[in-house]
Amino acid sequence: MADKIRLRLVTPSRLLLDEEVDEATGPGALGEFGVLPKHISFLTLLEAGEMSYKQGTDQHRLAISGGYAEVLDDVMTVLANAAEYADEIDVERAGDARDRAEKRIAELDHEDKEFAAAEAALRRALVRLQVAGKEARK
Amino acid sequence: MATLKAIRKRIGSIRNTQQITKAMKMVSAAKLRRAQEAVLAARPYAEKMAALLQNLSARVAAEAHPLLTAREEKKVLLLLLTADRGLCGGYNSNLIRAAEGFLRSQRGEKEIQLAVVGRKGVDYFRRRKVEMAERYINIGSRPAEELAAELAEKLIARFLQGECDAVYMLYSRFRSALSQVPTMEKLVPVAAEKDEGEGQATEYLYEPGLEALLSSLLPKVVEVGIYRALLEASASEHGARMTAMDSATSNAAEMISTLTLQMNRARQASITKELLEVVSTAEALK
Repeated sequence: MADKIRLRLVTPSRLLLDEEVDEATGPGALGEFGVLPKHISFLTLLEAGEMSYKQGTDQHRLAISGGYAEVLDDVMTVLANAAEYADEIDVERAGDARDRAEKRIAELDHEDKEFAAAEAALRRALVRLQVAGKEARK
Repeated sequence: MATLKAIRKRIGSIRNTQQITKAMKMVSAAKLRRAQEAVLAARPYAEKMAALLQNLSARVAAEAHPLLTAREEKKVLLLLLTADRGLCGGYNSNLIRAAEGFLRSQRGEKEIQLAVVGRKGVDYFRRRKVEMAERYINIGSRPAEELAAELAEKLIARFLQGECDAVYMLYSRFRSALSQVPTMEKLVPVAAEKDEGEGQATEYLYEPGLEALLSSLLPKVVEVGIYRALLEASASEHGARMTAMDSATSNAAEMISTLTLQMNRARQASITKELLEVVSTAEALK
């Protein structure tokens, strides 16, 4: 079927999704990108962010924390470092992680090696919270 | 002939051992199942990663990134994955033997450095005063992702600094609970089979750019390779231990039955002897 794309989403610990979808969006290194059928061959780094896909009228949201995405011949492969469906997100844990990361950032120097790690952790926590929040309002 | 008391004591101690081996077997069986699930769950990601790498390398020259470029192999690093614990049959010794074989076959031609993971391997080479570039013990206490990331970072740094020209990895591939095969793989430089047939491969659109992508993706490929090997190694270890403990348990059962027979004979003999003594004393008193 040429009017659909096959979306495969894997993380190191599991195969999350392997289905036909109508469109998908993901957090690329240069900003959010959308993929529709007949997309050009495309390879990108993914940032921590929100990824979503549409099947008919259903929209699904996921939080992913970095990885790679490849689009080739209407097959989109997403290799995420970690990914969760919006309704799987543990809001409490993500909140704790955000608080911890904020504390670390406040303590650390900008020069510090750990600063970047703390910042990345904060971004991941915020993405989770944001995605979970959107899902809750739906 | 051993005395009755000695035999009884021996049976008791064998029975204790049997209980321990039986318990270890059951623990290993449970751990094996979990490890096996982890191996299966990690497989799709590793496969997709390999496919992506292959698509990419069909479009990119080998010189595009140092991690893709093969150099003349003068100095080679061998990453050996062993277990922290023994009592798992020939698991560790098979791996160490394979490593020794590799060292011997390359001796004189190349300089070989060793990076050893797992207490058993580390102890072995330390006893023989073989120098190790890296060593890791207590691997069970931390998640495999973390260890894989750290190992990948260190090995890649060595390669990029020219301390070694290639990295090989020796680990135990998990076939089944009964069969684990020591396997050698080349880890660095990252080698993807080139599909020469697909000459007209369309160019990708890269974001944020080919170079940045490769610098992020290639180390990840190495990391995923190590991660997968760690999972396979852990499944192999538990499989080997389960098999070893199973045969130890049945050996113990066999020994117990032999000793029980011996004990009954000894008891019979002593009863006969006592009877004879009673009878002959009574005879003498007549």
